[in-house]
Amino acid sequence: MSEIKIQEKTPVSERKMAVQVDDLTVAYNYKPVLWDIDLEIPEGVLMAIVGPNGAGKSTLIKAILGILKPIAGSVTIYGKPYDEQRKLVAYVPQKGSVDWDFPTTALDVVMMGTYGSLGWIKRPGLKEKKSSLEALEKVGMLAFKNRQISQLSGGQQQRIFLARALVQDASIYFMDEPFQGVDATTEIAIINILKELRKAGKTVIVVHHDLQTVPEYFDWVTFLNVKKIATGPVKDIFNDDNLTKTYGINYKVSIQE
Amino acid sequence: MDIQEYFSLVFSDYTLRTITLGTAILGAVTGMLGSFAVLRKQSLLGDAISHAALPGIAIAFLITGSKDTNTLLIGALISGLIGTFWIRGIVTKTHLKSDTALGLILSLFFGFGMLLLTFIQKQPNANQAGLDKYLFGQAATLVEKDVWLMAIITGLCLFVLLFFWKEFKLFLFDADYAKTLGFNTNFIDILITSFIVLAIVLGLQTVGVVLMSAMLLAPAAAARQWTNSLSKMVFLAAIFGAFSGVFGTAISASQNNLSTGPVIVIVASVFVVISFIFSPSRGLLFRQIRFIANRRDLEQQKTLAFMYHIAETHDNISHPHTIKILNNFQGYTRKTLQKLVDKGYVTLDGTMWSLTEKGFETAANLYNQQALKDE
Repeated sequence: MSEIKIQEKTPVSERKMAVQVDDLTVAYNYKPVLWDIDLEIPEGVLMAIVGPNGAGKSTLIKAILGILKPIAGSVTIYGKPYDEQRKLVAYVPQKGSVDWDFPTTALDVVMMGTYGSLGWIKRPGLKEKKSSLEALEKVGMLAFKNRQISQLSGGQQQRIFLARALVQDASIYFMDEPFQGVDATTEIAIINILKELRKAGKTVIVVHHDLQTVPEYFDWVTFLNVKKIATGPVKDIFNDDNLTKTYGINYKVSIQE
Repeated sequence: MDIQEYFSLVFSDYTLRTITLGTAILGAVTGMLGSFAVLRKQSLLGDAISHAALPGIAIAFLITGSKDTNTLLIGALISGLIGTFWIRGIVTKTHLKSDTALGLILSLFFGFGMLLLTFIQKQPNANQAGLDKYLFGQAATLVEKDVWLMAIITGLCLFVLLFFWKEFKLFLFDADYAKTLGFNTNFIDILITSFIVLAIVLGLQTVGVVLMSAMLLAPAAAARQWTNSLSKMVFLAAIFGAFSGVFGTAISASQNNLSTGPVIVIVASVFVVISFIFSPSRGLLFRQIRFIANRRDLEQQKTLAFMYHIAETHDNISHPHTIKILNNFQGYTRKTLQKLVDKGYVTLDGTMWSLTEKGFETAANLYNQQALKDE
């Protein structure tokens, strides 16, 4: 993936678009969950998707990744459909989306990140094991590699999920609430890894709930509430006006820079 | 015939050998596939599939007029598959939850099957009796070619399992993620489900529609208790299933020909009960023992710590105090005090206690450890 590595200094306006979403509409039943979303995410940003509960934040990620079938609209990753660009993309689902009592170990879960590049039938070998162990080390979980996953704390489980995505060695990372239910130590560890990814030129897109930390953690933000309210650099658009439009109530951010 | 006699006859007697082999293979294959059903939280699926197979048996008989097992089982397979895909359809197309869909299809198909069975029984055709053996199964009707069929399907199933092991595991743990990696999860889902349907249909002749789901669930539920590895769980479930088959057959053959299917299911349930109680890591017994031991340790430690605090205030740590003083402290009992005496931490003199040097040091260490943990 090194050919698309970019310099952080490149102005955002001159960068390539990592993800482009056009007219995306998704509905589970009758009511649309996402309505006519147009979204361009430039390469190399660390972006938060914020919005109230039920705003369609997770749905947006799932629709981009092809887990959900949209009613209308298209998604491209570096100009091509997702199916052709899978190997550039990694996904960190919500921690609660799987059964952690599943009979397997931490290392095994991280190894699943290598399955995509292996393709059908081929088994992971030494090389895959090595990269999985490296990812475990990066998230500070190497000592837990043989631990049954149900015996890990919530924060540790989240780190395992992150390691599984790191193993994919992707260019674009989609993460669904990676800070949910983790303690302060883990939150700092995770955000440091995300910042490292950005430094390496990767694009990181995070569904985020804690508005207080947006300016500190992210450089790009998308406001979402069924429709896209705004998207752009945090320093330009993260303001009371957009927050009020998104959350419906008169929102005041009390953030000291 | 007693059990001993059974085991001496099992290798020489054709009927016994056939039935034993058949039930063992059946137990193994349903155990393996049952692990997947249990891990997908689709425990009821087996029940729905087996009940959904009943009308297929009746219709196959009505169309062909034949009572040949394979013909009837093909009918069972078709209606089992139809039932299964209807369940999938209901879940994806409506708001209904999967347990509702399963229950609905189960009773609908079973009711229709029973209706057809009574209709067949009223026919003037003399050939009609005997279909109801599929309700509770009749292992005694197994012949060599049935066993061969079971063996072939089991072999096929094993092959597919080894071939797609990685994909199955990924799909079972995190289907959405599997999708993002580019795996066709629909294909994996249909493959697993089809094999589950196949295994259930194979067992209808032996165990019957009503009890078949237990063959799927019991060995898997038992196996889960003993291991935290998927491969070991599948392997153990196959072993438990096979042994349930063998023991069940042995018991039923030696005890006045008790109906084999129910006996196998009961043996499988015994495996479950034993596993739930005696498994070292997840079993109720050891969990309770660990819990009690832990509690007792903590009680002693707390009592000791309380004494330490009192002793600390005196120059002489072994200054005697009345036992009554300990009543202020919740969690203290005569028993814990006696335990501390036994360990040499405390000496008792009438109604007075005093901390020993050893007890004081232990308590001080305890305190440091706790302080370290808090950091």
